[in-house]
Amino acid sequence: MQNIIKVGMADLKIVRFPQILTTLGLGSCVGIALYDQKEKIAGLAHIMLPDSKQIKNNTNKAKFADTAIEILLEELLKAGGSRNRIVAKIAGGAQMFSFGGNSDVMKIGYRNVIATKEILDGLKIPLIAEDTGGNHGRTIEVYTDTSMLLVKTIGYGIKEI
Amino acid sequence: MFNVDDLNNMHLDVLREVGNIGAGNAATALAKMIDKKIDMEVPTVKILDYSDVAGILGGEESVVAGIYFNVSGDITGNIMFLLDVKSSKMLTGMLMGREDCSKELDEMDRSALQEIGNILSGSYISSLSTLTGLNISLSIPSLCIDMAGAILSVPAIQFGYVSDKVLLIETKLREGDDLVKANFFLIPNAESYSTLLNALGVYD
Repeated sequence: MQNIIKVGMADLKIVRFPQILTTLGLGSCVGIALYDQKEKIAGLAHIMLPDSKQIKNNTNKAKFADTAIEILLEELLKAGGSRNRIVAKIAGGAQMFSFGGNSDVMKIGYRNVIATKEILDGLKIPLIAEDTGGNHGRTIEVYTDTSMLLVKTIGYGIKEI
Repeated sequence: MFNVDDLNNMHLDVLREVGNIGAGNAATALAKMIDKKIDMEVPTVKILDYSDVAGILGGEESVVAGIYFNVSGDITGNIMFLLDVKSSKMLTGMLMGREDCSKELDEMDRSALQEIGNILSGSYISSLSTLTGLNISLSIPSLCIDMAGAILSVPAIQFGYVSDKVLLIETKLREGDDLVKANFFLIPNAESYSTLLNALGVYD
């Protein structure tokens, strides 16, 4: 099973076929997968917060949507990816707990998804599939050869997007 | 600005003691509720990398019940009461007087779990309030049964704003026959550490 490469919270990695990327138990965080299917390479980032510019402590680039996507894109291009072939799929951004009169902290999943989409859009990376929102966790697997994103949940089934 | 890395051993000792007193009261409340002996482990103050956070509960994908509260007043933050699924079923089963504790949790059980969390967190916070003289109140509970990683991402993100590490004051409770295992996490917001430590006389 060494073909499965695990990406932790606030972490990002790039792999080449036949390796598979996975990140386990995404809650309000967002998993951002970038693919170049022709080259059979893909990258995955597990981001926690939308924007590195709003925060002083921003040394861990993989923690934020904006900086993580930039690095992921750079790394994919370095690995031989072609700028105009790269596409994105995202999953996560759930709201695990809810209280009446939702605070900003509780809406962080939603804000992560919005920020991710804006950044992809700004970089002209097409977002071709997503499974976001809701109030449940997700485990995802990224397949380089088919650009498939497998989403597993507890009680909400398994999806291929 | 508060930084997790600035805490010295004395601070950590005091935070551990906070967990000790809070969870001690919660353990007593739990023991009364189910009329069984509850043991409490010595609390730990954990300073973890994000990647290790979910691992403390048996892996990111293990299913747990998390009951989450907002803490407000002189200090702000959250309390999370965590049970693995087996413990949740045992606990609700004991409360409802059921013989068979294997059935899936229904709405009634979920509501019971929230109430258990409510009582335990309430006794945790009230002892903390008495100890520090601070005014602290709790929100209503919010329950989520899902992957440990997903549930723990919520407090981890709160720390994400200020730190690359997560600080958890963790206390484990277990019922005598090992049927019920629970974890308590006190998660003060960054700016509340100084208030908390100040009130206990160990911070300038």
